[in-house]
Order: sequence, then structure tokens, then C-alpha cells
Amino acid sequence: MEGHVGKLKGLLFLACLLPLAYYGVGVWQDTLGANPIEALTRGLGTWALNLLLLTLAVTPLRRLTGWAWLLKLRRMLGLFVFFYACLHLATYLWLDQFFDWPAIGRDIVKRPFITAGMLAFLLLLPLTATSNQAMIRRLGGRRWQELHRLIYPLAMVAVVHYTWLVKADASRPAAYGALLALLLGLRLWWHFAGVRVPRPTVAFPKPKRRVIPIAPRR
Amino acid sequence: MRIQQRGERHPEQITPRNVFERRRQLLHLAIACSATSLVPASHAADKLSFDSRSAFSSLEPPTPYRHVTGYNNFVEFGNDKEDPAEFAQRLRIRPWTVTIEGLVHKPKILAIEDILRLAPLEERVYRLRCVEGWSMVVPWIGLPLSTLLKQVEPLGSARYVELISAVQPDTMPGVRRRTLDWPYTEALRLDEAMHPLTLIALGLYGEVLPKQNGAPLRLVVPWKYGFKSAKSIVRIRYTEQRPETTWNKLQPDEYGFYANVNPEVSHPRWSQARERRIGEFFKRPTQLFNGYAEQVGQLYAGMDLRKDY
Repeated sequence: MEGHVGKLKGLLFLACLLPLAYYGVGVWQDTLGANPIEALTRGLGTWALNLLLLTLAVTPLRRLTGWAWLLKLRRMLGLFVFFYACLHLATYLWLDQFFDWPAIGRDIVKRPFITAGMLAFLLLLPLTATSNQAMIRRLGGRRWQELHRLIYPLAMVAVVHYTWLVKADASRPAAYGALLALLLGLRLWWHFAGVRVPRPTVAFPKPKRRVIPIAPRR
Repeated sequence: MRIQQRGERHPEQITPRNVFERRRQLLHLAIACSATSLVPASHAADKLSFDSRSAFSSLEPPTPYRHVTGYNNFVEFGNDKEDPAEFAQRLRIRPWTVTIEGLVHKPKILAIEDILRLAPLEERVYRLRCVEGWSMVVPWIGLPLSTLLKQVEPLGSARYVELISAVQPDTMPGVRRRTLDWPYTEALRLDEAMHPLTLIALGLYGEVLPKQNGAPLRLVVPWKYGFKSAKSIVRIRYTEQRPETTWNKLQPDEYGFYANVNPEVSHPRWSQARERRIGEFFKRPTQLFNGYAEQVGQLYAGMDLRKDY
């Protein structure tokens, strides 16, 4: 089973690099249309959001299928969210604003969608910094879990960032919002229904408090 | 490869003098012939000739044809910039009439064929600045809106000119989806409409207006944001009250009636101080009235451009 998951992780890693390859080739071959910088910024941001939703889909998928190994993929997905978010931010800072820091500062303060975007990025930082075994050990499972619940407001702020930047057609941000609502809604429902994470065959005494899943050691 | 010995020369290897003299012309001809095979089929549209080049034309290099016809906001045909090029081909442009009505002595219906013959056509190379922050330089072919409007006699009470675009639910997916409140409606103050700069475009780049650019005729008001330049016009109405325009109805605090290009008045959600000229890497500073301040500035003398955005 371990070997299979390892291979799957490798494949997933390559799959997560595909959007980067697409945009890289697009810039190089000038196939991104009349406004390539806008297409690049939008594309990188969209993929950060796609991967964010995919990260949030891991736990519901795990609960629905009982496949515990899905959890092994979550960290990599989360780190790719940060990866694409960084590229998206870099495109804005460099290709949109050309490192005009006063203008960027003004944008953050005066343009609500950029405020939201910056906030989402800031929320990503502690999550990214603690996405390793050492930090899980240092914080302890419970504290780590609580910190990583920041992904819920983060996802909401990211969708708001998208909603606030579109001109008239809110259908795409609305679709993301609906998907996010589903992924968060499922968690809420399970929380109130008192559903436990399906455990493997070993018979442990039923814990009084909620079971906190910790990423298994490799 | 056989290396020539010194002194050896074959007469047939020497370029004939007349060919040598015309070598540059011949080279250009050869390139042009091979290049025409690269031109996409859609470019082989009907030619539209014009009689003069306008003094209003910009000297800036025009935006490449593929961008002018491939990057469009024509919400009737979809929300993405590439949608109009793909979907606007379904637009029915014949028969096409433009009705001029409202506060006029005698309303008139003009067929597009009549409009094409109304006056000598001019080429006008105009800047077009979209409210989203990108811009182009387009070599339009057309005639002043005032020429079209002079086909009727407005009443003294007329203050505004309303322009209404076509609605074809069977060809326009955006109309079926009700993205905006159709028909697309725009309007100008009477003096803006009669200004010599205001153009009715019937073509671009030496040919008849492509469908994605608002065939068969559209408005071009170069000193205003692009959404004022309504496409595929079917009705023009003189009114006394300021007409409601589509984008202004949708988001009144973001899209004003005047919509004059102004780097100092930002859109609530983004700055208007800079723009991306399509095809350029760096952004450039936006100019007041899109660089047409000399021609139109006096229309707005004494107005608070921040209030009347």
C-alpha cells in the first residue's frame, strides 16, 4: 500500500506542475492571447484556488471512502496552493505594478479585492511554515489542528477576492463559492452529527473527546 | 561542396544587373506572397476603401489585427475576451437598418447600404481605452456620427442622443443568459454626439467591420472608456432626459454616464492611472481624455470630473 501511495504522490506532484508548464510554455510561445500578463495572473490565481479546494476536499473524500491514505496527499496539495499563490502574487507585484511599492501600498489600502488577496496570502504563511513533521511535533497535534483550521477563513477570503475583482459576470466566483460551501458544509454537518473518522480494524477504546487525525509518520 | 578555384567564374552564376538593382523589391514581393498564405481565412473579408486619412488620426502604431479582432468585450456573445471572435460569427448583419427617432421632426429609417454611401469614408486611427485598464490603437474606417444625425432634424428640446444595440436572442448566448439588462444602451450629450471626433465606424484595417467588433456599424468615442462605444447599432433616439445606460444601471458607482478617461478618477476597485497597451510589456500612464483633451476638453469646462465621472 505504501508503495502505491508513493507512486500516486509522485504522479500528483507532476500533475500539480502541469498548470505551471502550461503557462510557462504559453508565455514563451506567446499563445496566451492579446493580454498575456492578465491571462497569466488570472490563471495562476485560479490554480491556487483550485488546489485550495482540492486540499479541502481531502478530508470529506477520506470520510466518504474510508481511504486513510488520502491524507498523505494533503500536505503536498497545500504546499502547491502556496506555490501558485506566490507566483500569482509575484506576477502582480512585478508584471502589473513593476515593484512600485507606494502604488502597491495604495492598492492594498484602497482596493478591497487586493486587501482580500493580501489577507489570504498572509493567512497562508503560518500554514505553509508549519506544514512539516518538526512543526507538528513542536506544536502538538491539537494546536497544529487548531492552527490549520485557518484554511476555512482563508478559503472564504480567497473566494471573496475573486468575487470582488470580476466586472459583471459573477458566475465563476459563485461556482467556487458554492463548491466551498459544500466542502465546509459537509464538515459542519459531520461535526454536529458527531461522526467519527472511520478507523482501521484495531479495536481501541472509544475516546471521549473528538479524535484528532495526525499525519502518519513515514 | 566544390570550392571554386581562384580565377574560375561561371557566367551563369553572376546575378543579372536588372535583378540585382531590384533585389529589395523582389525580396519584399517574395515575403508578401508567402505571408498571404499565413493570413487566416477570416482576414479575407470584404475590403472597405476610404477616401481620406483624418487629421485626427494618431501616429502611434496600430495594435496588431489579430488582437483587435481577437480580444473583445461583446457581452452579447460571452464573457471572455475570446468569445466574440468565436461566437459573433452567428450575428445576422443583413438586412440591417438604423432607425433615428425620438425628439425629431421626422424619424428616419436608414438601411446599412444607405449609410455606407452617405458620405466619403475616412480612416481614423484612434486610441481605445477600456475601463478595465487595457488599450489599443485601432485604424477605424467610418464617418462622423454628426453626418448620420444630420439626416434628421431634432426638436429644440432634444438634449441627449441614445444609441441602442441589436438584440438577437437566437444568435446571442449572452442575451439568453441575461448577463446584462438588454438591449445594450449607451448615450451621449448632444454636443458630444455632434463632435467631429465622434465616429460611426463601418470598417477597420481596410476592410468591412468584423462581427466581433460590432458589425455592421458601431460608435467610437475615443476620449471615453470603451463601454461607451456601443456596437451593432440599430436605433438612435433623441431624448430630453438623460437616458439610462447599461453599465451605469448595473453598477452606478463604478460606471458613470460620462465615462471620460481620467487617470485621476479611479474606478472604485482599481486605479485608472496606468494602462496596458495591448502588445506592450510595460504599462503606460493614462492620459486625461485618452489624449484627446485638446479636441474635447472644452466640452467639460467648469465641470467637476470627479462628480461627473
